[in-house]
Amino acid sequence: MTKYLLTRLRQSLITLFLVSVVVFAGIRALPGDPALALAGEERSPEALAAIRESYGLNDNVVVQYGRFIGHALTGDLGTSSRTGLPVADAIGQALPVTLELAALSLLLAIVVGIGAGVVAAVRRGKPEEWLANAIALIGLSIPTFWLGIVLVLGFAIAVPVFAASGYVPFGTDPVDNLRRMVLPAIVLGSGLAAVVMRQTRAAMLDSLSADYVRTARAKGLSRGSVVGGHALRNSLVTVVTVLGLQLGHLISGAVVTEQIFVLPGFGKLTIDAVFTRDYATLQAVVLCTSAAYILINLLVDVVYSVIDPRIRLGGAR
Amino acid sequence: MTTATTALPTPPRASKRRAGGGKLRALRRNKLALTGGIIAAVFVLTALFAPLIAPYDPSQPDFGNVLAEPSAAHWLGTDDLGRDQLSRIVHGARASMQVGLVAVVLAFLVGVPLGLLAGYYGRFADTAVSRLTDTMLAFPFLVLAVGLAAILGPSLTNATIAIGISQIPAVIRITRAETLRLKHVDYVAAAVANGGGDGTVLFRHILPNATSALIVQATVGIPAAIIGEALLSFLGLGVQPPAPSLGVMLSGAQSFLAPAPWLAVFPGLAIVAATLAFNLLGDGLRDVLDPRGATR
Repeated sequence: MTKYLLTRLRQSLITLFLVSVVVFAGIRALPGDPALALAGEERSPEALAAIRESYGLNDNVVVQYGRFIGHALTGDLGTSSRTGLPVADAIGQALPVTLELAALSLLLAIVVGIGAGVVAAVRRGKPEEWLANAIALIGLSIPTFWLGIVLVLGFAIAVPVFAASGYVPFGTDPVDNLRRMVLPAIVLGSGLAAVVMRQTRAAMLDSLSADYVRTARAKGLSRGSVVGGHALRNSLVTVVTVLGLQLGHLISGAVVTEQIFVLPGFGKLTIDAVFTRDYATLQAVVLCTSAAYILINLLVDVVYSVIDPRIRLGGAR
Repeated sequence: MTTATTALPTPPRASKRRAGGGKLRALRRNKLALTGGIIAAVFVLTALFAPLIAPYDPSQPDFGNVLAEPSAAHWLGTDDLGRDQLSRIVHGARASMQVGLVAVVLAFLVGVPLGLLAGYYGRFADTAVSRLTDTMLAFPFLVLAVGLAAILGPSLTNATIAIGISQIPAVIRITRAETLRLKHVDYVAAAVANGGGDGTVLFRHILPNATSALIVQATVGIPAAIIGEALLSFLGLGVQPPAPSLGVMLSGAQSFLAPAPWLAVFPGLAIVAATLAFNLLGDGLRDVLDPRGATR
């Protein structure tokens, strides 16, 4: 167990190191002077000299990389060329928005996905299963950004139940906050819900035909108790794993969702950084996102190995 | 031993034609896959013959007829500059298909040799390629695409490169897994025993037999690339307006949702139809070509 964890941790650290090199090299691979890129719109010789000085662009590359990592580890992610404020502050402001969005989407995916999956498995061969399968297939084929536009058309313009754009912190006005977050959460959570539904259905079909479920039925337990207490509980292991593996997609999805609904989160920060050529911010968000992604994958693997010993033994070889 | 070496190399080729015919029939019997195949074919033909099919010039404005509802003259209405929506969708399909095919080819050109290398030689090659794959997978697709667009500048070509790169890890993994499996199959061992060089073994014996898995991967890759193109163009990182692209059209439609909802509906339906079609075709192909992957 410890050996597996150490191997997995070592792999993650190597990957993280390579990612940081790619991010570091990426910004220096830009044609021309990196100071020009870091400066953004401000291009006077004095400003460029100041940037070269503050970023240490006159030192050799290895020293520069060491400093970049050293600063990143202490929470200094540089200064935005667009706002002139520390990038860490911008990320601090954007993060709660994205986290709320991700949490709501996850909640939706779990409730709807598991619910529909259980129904589809229990009502196998009935119209309910067919309906759930069809919705899942469509959910997987509709691009999230188009779903967003269609939902805005339906529920913000035709029948104005929800707001189509903007963000109000939950602490300021919980009702208004939810009114603005429901549509984005549906958009971001729909694909995930479809994946969860398919996995739940498959796992439930396995469990329902297992011996212990038949035994439970034979003992005279109620249908609800057998389905909920026995079959579902054993199916959740698979579902939780798949859910974990899909968390990374939430990061990509958030970028688009925030763009459609004009939410000032992490994704919007990223896209804005691209269009304003704010490379310091871009470098920081890409590094943070990738680090988070690697960390999530590591956690999922660790949790999975605790649940399922076969993985641990296979992976430690 | 002699009988084994002479007899073994024959089976893959001799039986291929007959097996292929049976597979095609099996695919034709699968109604969903057939429907998907037909829609996908229509989409491809539309992209190929876009200039012949489109009733109007897709970038010709008509300021006397802006935001017109769908009518006999303009089946799908006109946009804020009076451009015919149907013509723009037809030409947009062309951009989608172009990215879909080029990105997948790009991913295969890079991913297949690396997968063969990692799977066949193992050891250091395998470690190096696996770490490379992990590093690429550590960037969520959009973050990678956004980063590349920032470095290379937003354009259709760069969007295609970004989408192609994002598909490389999957191709590497599949090729590697197939190579690992085929390396120990008898006819490959026989080829090695016969004195076949690494090149012969890899390209005449392993690669041809990994085709099924790779075809299935391509049918997954094309719709993913179509969505990717629409997505990047929607965000302004792909096709640049006024060139027609389904993503650009949806992005523009956002400003006219209330007065002209049809501008947002039809390009989206085109994307959904295309991706659904390729996915259904892919599912069908998987069932026929790769029975191991077929579940339930």
